[in-house]
Amino acid sequence: MGRFVARRLLQMIPVFFGTTALIFYMVHALPGDPVAAMWGDKAPDPVQLAALRHQLGFDKPLVQQYLDYMGKLLTGDFGTGLDGRPVIDKITEALPVTIRLALFAFAIEIVLGVGIGLFAGLRRGKLFDKGALVFTLLLISIPVPVLGFIFQTVFGNNLKWVTPTVQDSNDITQLVLPAVVLGSLSLAYVARLTRTSIAENIKADYVRTAVAKGLPRRKVIGTHLLRNSMIPVVTFLGTDLGALMGGAIVTEGIFNVKGVGNALFHAINLKEGATVSGFVAFLVLVYLAAGLIVDLLYAVLDPRIRYA
Amino acid sequence: MPVAARSRLVLAAASSVVLVATGCSSSGGGGSSSSDASKTFSYQSNEPQNPLQPANANEVGGGRIIQNLFKGLVDYDPTNAKIRMQVADKIETSDSQAFTVTLKDGWKFHDGTPVHAKNFVDAWNWGASPTNNQINSSWFSDIEGYQDVHPASGKPTTDKMSGLAVTDDLHFTVKLSHKVSYFEYKLGYIAFSPLPDGFFKDPTGYGQKPVGNGPYQFVSWSHNSQVVTKAFPDYQGVDKPKNGGIVFKMYTTSEAAYADLQSNNLDVMDQVPPSALATYKNDLGDRAVDAPQGAIQNIGFTLYQADWSSPDKAKVRQGLSMAIDRDTITKTVLQGSRKPASAWVAEGVEGYKEGACGDFCKFDAAKAKQLIQDGGGVPGNKLLITYNADGGHKEWVDAVCNSIRQSTGVDCLGDPKPDFKTARAAITAHQLDGAFRTGWVQDYPLNANFLADVYRTGAASNDFGYSNPQFDDAATKADEAPSVADTVTGYQQAEAVLPSGMPAIPLWYYRTNSGYSSKVQNVKFDSFGNPAWTQVEVKG
Repeated sequence: MGRFVARRLLQMIPVFFGTTALIFYMVHALPGDPVAAMWGDKAPDPVQLAALRHQLGFDKPLVQQYLDYMGKLLTGDFGTGLDGRPVIDKITEALPVTIRLALFAFAIEIVLGVGIGLFAGLRRGKLFDKGALVFTLLLISIPVPVLGFIFQTVFGNNLKWVTPTVQDSNDITQLVLPAVVLGSLSLAYVARLTRTSIAENIKADYVRTAVAKGLPRRKVIGTHLLRNSMIPVVTFLGTDLGALMGGAIVTEGIFNVKGVGNALFHAINLKEGATVSGFVAFLVLVYLAAGLIVDLLYAVLDPRIRYA
Repeated sequence: MPVAARSRLVLAAASSVVLVATGCSSSGGGGSSSSDASKTFSYQSNEPQNPLQPANANEVGGGRIIQNLFKGLVDYDPTNAKIRMQVADKIETSDSQAFTVTLKDGWKFHDGTPVHAKNFVDAWNWGASPTNNQINSSWFSDIEGYQDVHPASGKPTTDKMSGLAVTDDLHFTVKLSHKVSYFEYKLGYIAFSPLPDGFFKDPTGYGQKPVGNGPYQFVSWSHNSQVVTKAFPDYQGVDKPKNGGIVFKMYTTSEAAYADLQSNNLDVMDQVPPSALATYKNDLGDRAVDAPQGAIQNIGFTLYQADWSSPDKAKVRQGLSMAIDRDTITKTVLQGSRKPASAWVAEGVEGYKEGACGDFCKFDAAKAKQLIQDGGGVPGNKLLITYNADGGHKEWVDAVCNSIRQSTGVDCLGDPKPDFKTARAAITAHQLDGAFRTGWVQDYPLNANFLADVYRTGAASNDFGYSNPQFDDAATKADEAPSVADTVTGYQQAEAVLPSGMPAIPLWYYRTNSGYSSKVQNVKFDSFGNPAWTQVEVKG
C-alpha cells in the first residue's frame, strides 16, 4: 500500500513537468501578441512595447522563458501576470471560491444522486423509479446554460428567494443556486449509475446470503449492497471532482462567481502564460490527487482489491 | 481609439476598449423623488488590467475608475461634450504652440496636499518615460523634449521634457514641438492627470491604492470583486458629487449584470447584453437609456495591396459603400443599437458634419453596380471582410455581405479571426486581403481625433496604407489654425477629401443602450458611454 502510494506520487513529477511545458508552449503558440493587445485597437508605441516585452521576459527564447518560469516555480514564485500582480495572489483569490462551490455541488450530487439512485434501484419498475428516470433524463438533456438562466430568472428575478447573481463569492450561502446548477448534471449521472449498480447487485448471492442469515434490512442495504455498488460511482465522482475544481466557466459566468474557471478563461484571453500555467499546474495536481484517492477508495470499498 | 466592443461580453473584451474622460449628451428619465447625497450607487465594471495609474489606463475597466479618482486641467461637459475648465483657471496661447496654464487655487489631493503646477509637470514627465512602462506614454509626444525622454532608439538622455517649465505654484508653461491648436482638448484625457508628491516614491503602492484629486476618493479594491470609492468633501470641481460614492462591481458577463440590474442589485450598467437589446426598453420602461456615443464602425480597405491601390478602385469602394443598406441592417440585425453613418466623424462630436460622405453612404443598388463596373470591378469579383469572431460582429458582417451580394452580385464573405488580438495582429502586419472591420472610439470629442489619427499618411492607426497629400495638407493647416474653431473647420475640409478616395466605408455610429435600477435617478450618459457620475442621485 505504502509503496503503491509512493510510486503514484513519484509518477506525478514527470506528469507535472510535462503538462506545464505543454501548456506553456500552447499559450505561447496562440496567435497575437499579448503585450501589443494592451493598446487595444491603437497602434502600440514601439519603444514602450519593447520595454514592456523586455520587462516581462518575452524577448527571450521560449525555452529560456520556460526554464526561468520553472526555476522560479520551484522556489514557490508563480510569476506575475500582465497587470503586474503576482499569479499566486490570483490563485489564492479564485481557489477558495472554487473549492467551496465544487464541494457544495459535490455534496449535492452525492447526497441526492446516490439517494435517488438507491431508492430507484430498490424499487425497480415502480413509480419512483420511473419518476427518477424522467427527472434524470430531463437534467441530462437540458444544457447547463439553459438551466442556469431558468434558475436565475425564476428564483432570482421572479421569486426573489436569492439574488440573481452571487454578490460576494466568498459567502457560501450565496453559492446555493450555482452549486445546484453545477451539481445537477452530475447528479443525474450519479443517480443513473447508482440505480443500475444497485439493481444489478440486489440479485447477487451475497445479498441473498445476508438476507437469509437474518440481517436487518438497513444493514443489508447499507453495509453490503450499497458499499459494493459504489465502485463505478466512485470512479465517476473522482473524475468529476477534478472537473468541478477546474472551474465551470459557463456557470461561473451566469452567476458572476469569481472562481478558477473565469480566472483561467480571462488569462487565456489575455494570453498570460504565467497565470495559465500556474492554474493548470495546480489543477493537474488536483486531478492526480483525485485519481489516487479514487484508487485507494476501491480497496476500502472492496476488500478483494489490494495494492502491493 | 479603437472601437471595440463595449457591447461584447466583458470577458471577451479583455484587451480592447480604450477609453477617455467624460463627454457628451444623452437621455435618461424616470420620475424624480428626493435623493440622499450620502448614499452610494453601484456600477457594472470589469477588473482593471493595469495598476490604477492615470497614464497606464487605456481600457474601460481601469479608465472609468481613474477618471473619477483624478481630475485634470479640463474635462468635457457630459451634457454637450464641450470642453470645460477644471483644475485649470485658464489655458492661454498666442501661437498654438506655447501654452501658459494657470491653475485655480485651493484644489487638494485626497491626502490633503495641494494640487500645484509641479504635480502636473512631474506626472507628465513620469508618464512619458519608457522606464515607467506606462501604456499611454505616447500621449505626451506633442511636448517639446519628448524625444529625449522617450527616444525611438537608445537610452533616454533625460527624464524631464524641456517643453515643460514650472513658473510658480499655480503657473506652468507647455511648449509643443509643433503646432497643435486643439492641444487643450487632449488635456481632458486621463493621462494628463496630476499626481501627488507621494506617488513618485512608491508608484506601485499608489497603483493599488491611488490618491487623486477627483470627485471621488479611493476606499478599497478587492480584486475581481469591487472597487469602492466615496465622495471627496474637499473637491473643488464644477461637478460636485450629488451622491456618496461609486462602487464599481466587477462582472464577467453583461448578462449577469443585467439580471442584477433588474432586481436592483446593481444600479447602473454599462451596456445591456445583446440578448436583451430587443426587450430592455420594455423591461426597464423609463429607466432604459438609448444615447449617442462618439464611436463609429467602418469597413477599411487594404490600399497597400496592388489590387486596391489604383485610383480607379476608389470608385469600387464608393460602389460597395452604396451597396450596403445601412437603415435595414441597423434596424433588424443590430436591433436599433446603431445609427446609420453619413460621415467619418461620429455624431455628437465637435465638428461633426452630417452627410460628409454624401451620396456614397446612401443605399442605391443600381448606382452601386455602375460604380463598381466603372472602377473595373472588385478584384476576383470576391470581397473578404476580416473581423474578430469574439466581438459579436459576425451577424452584421454577414448582413453587410448579403446586402453587397444582392445589390451588386459581388461575392462577399466574412473572414473571422478567432479573437481580437489575432485580428489586430493581421491588420497591423498588413496581411489582409481586401477589407476588414475597423472603427474608432473618440479619445476626445473633437473631429480631429477621428481624422488626423486615422487617415493621415503614416498615422499610427492608419491601417489602410491610405495616403492623400490633399488630406494631409488640410490636416496640417487645421493643426496650425489660430483657434479650435478654425481647427474644426479645417478638419471638416480634410474630411471632405475622404469621399474621393474612400479608404474606409463608414457604416454606423455606436449608441449606449443601457439602463438603471429603481434606486437611482438623473442618470445621463455622455458620448464616451459613461454616465455623468457625479450627477447620479440615489433615492432617499
